[in-house]
Amino acid sequence: MAKVLMKGNEAIGAAAIQAGCRYFFGYPITPQSELPEYMARELPKVGGVFLQAESEIAAINMVYGAAGAGARVMTSSSSPGISLKQEGISYLAGAELPCLIVNIMRGGPGLGSIQPSQTDYFQATRGGGNGDYRLVVYAPANIQEMVDLIIEGFDVADQYRNPVMILGDGMIGQMMEPVEFKTPKKRELPEKDWATTGTGGKRKPNIINSLYIAPEDLEAHNIRLQAKYQKIREKEVKVESYKIEDADVVISAYGTTSRIAKTAIAKLEKEGYKVGLIRPITLWPYPYDEFKKINPNCKGILTVEMNAGQMVDDVKIAVEGKFPVHFYGRMGGMVPTPEAIIEKVKKICGGEI
Amino acid sequence: MTIVFERTRGLTDVETHYCPGCTHGIIHRLVGEAMVELGVLEKAIGVAPVGCSVFAYNYFNCDMHEAAHGRAPAVATGIKRVHPDKFVFTYQGDGDLASIGMAEIVHAAHRGERISTIFVNNAIYGMTGGQMAPTTLVGQKATTAPGGRSEEHCGRPIRISEMLATIHGAKFVERVAVNTPANIRKAKKAIIECFKVQLEGKGFGIVEVLSTCPTNWGMTAPEAMKWLEDNMIPYYPLGNLKRPEEAE
Ligand SMILES: Cc1ncc(C[n+]2csc(CCOP(=O)(O)OP(=O)(O)O)c2C)c(N)n1
Ligand code: SF4
Ligand SMILES: [Mg+2]
Repeated sequence: MAKVLMKGNEAIGAAAIQAGCRYFFGYPITPQSELPEYMARELPKVGGVFLQAESEIAAINMVYGAAGAGARVMTSSSSPGISLKQEGISYLAGAELPCLIVNIMRGGPGLGSIQPSQTDYFQATRGGGNGDYRLVVYAPANIQEMVDLIIEGFDVADQYRNPVMILGDGMIGQMMEPVEFKTPKKRELPEKDWATTGTGGKRKPNIINSLYIAPEDLEAHNIRLQAKYQKIREKEVKVESYKIEDADVVISAYGTTSRIAKTAIAKLEKEGYKVGLIRPITLWPYPYDEFKKINPNCKGILTVEMNAGQMVDDVKIAVEGKFPVHFYGRMGGMVPTPEAIIEKVKKICGGEI
Repeated sequence: MTIVFERTRGLTDVETHYCPGCTHGIIHRLVGEAMVELGVLEKAIGVAPVGCSVFAYNYFNCDMHEAAHGRAPAVATGIKRVHPDKFVFTYQGDGDLASIGMAEIVHAAHRGERISTIFVNNAIYGMTGGQMAPTTLVGQKATTAPGGRSEEHCGRPIRISEMLATIHGAKFVERVAVNTPANIRKAKKAIIECFKVQLEGKGFGIVEVLSTCPTNWGMTAPEAMKWLEDNMIPYYPLGNLKRPEEAE
């Protein structure tokens, strides 16, 4: 298929439709409103349903209903709206329902701003809702990758019966890039024989549920969930890395921030510096093992984020104290510059920090 | 020998967890019977959010969703939009529907969502141990209104049926009670009529059922029936508030 120029938020919608998603429930919020607007236009053309819910709480519960009923379904929002969806996300995880949730992050806390940010890393990777659950979290760095991850993400959700989150920021939602819609590698997807479709008088009732009142039953349910998460950790990690085996400094960054880091690395290389990059594509499961490949004489890791330092916790877990871990970030919708990153790297190389 | 009464196929053959004298059981039976009589049990998908009826997924003999507190109408919306040809109902308490889930029920009604709601109003939070609900009567004692509900402090109880009847998308609204055999028969008729409104694609329907909670009201079962009659019915008058032909 030929490449087409698309805005990030609209490309998400096109990819979802391509992946067979036919139901979208959402509530307007900047900077992602082009996505529900696109779905309102395009879904009816393919026999799907777009519904603007009365709130993000209702939207995520509509997703819970539609996913339980066996449909490919998605919702999207931005940070404050994703906060409202947390209860529903916990229920989806508890009832093991597949769906796709898009968070086009903006600055926080509270109402914050509408500018791009990465402040929901903790919320996405550590829960956000109640209970021991995990989402598969993808952090695409460009629109092509975002489209690929959405198409694959629906399959991943179905394969593991688990919600999948696409974590982008206002920049990726608003930028325009050429994209191509490709078919992902084929996965064996289980039959949705658990879905509520009406018994038809042919089978026992199906029940969508996250309640296990007896503690031994709830523990058994959790043990099963943890085993599933372990399988996801083993099979679904995605990471891009660049020249980490002989780097003096390794930058770790995800999403659009990683593009700024790459610009900085290119400039540093021209000046003779050896700088590597680890770019997690899955924020959960996190690519901890990749950090084991780093040059043992590396002087330090620099984590760059558009927040006060959230992924930096995972980097510290990953390096197990072997390297000093530094952080550079901007907050509130401010974007790090390549120059600021270059300055930090030089300081690490010079032993100044 | 002729069989004059038997357990409905609409319910599973298990013992329920409801307290003795609780009218949730009667209401379950009426819903089960209505689904069987209308021939929709095999295409029914029910939603029961938290409240004493959260285990309803074990009792209704059809596909079921448990749901978060108050969110059943949104969950039912998701199901119905995926399966417009199936029969979708919610079964909700008064704390659930009239407090935390007020937005979801109003908007499901407002959209004219083709779903049916059974609204069990027992004027109390049963499951959590007798706290005040938005439907608790003035003067009625609750664990969070130890001196009785005061209008000055938290207003008068909400009349949900009257409110929903003002919404265009709500095409069937009726309040019933299950305190006497005659009222139980009327309740069943209302439930059947409400379900038909969905099956005929006419819009949203709700039956508010005045129900007892002897446990948290601190009464015996007969006392609770009498209390319902003497106190709830005068404030929550029984009867039909809206039918499709009047809705136009
Ligand atoms: C978000 C959330 N808040 C609070 C609760 C606790 N809770 C469970 S049931 C309930 C009240 C149920 O009362 P009602 O809907 O009237 O049903 P009843 O038990 O009286 O039939 C509450 C507050 C919960 N489960 N979830
Ligand atoms: S607590 Fe009240 S509503 Fe709940 S089962 Fe007992 S009597 Fe019924
Ligand atoms: Mg109640």
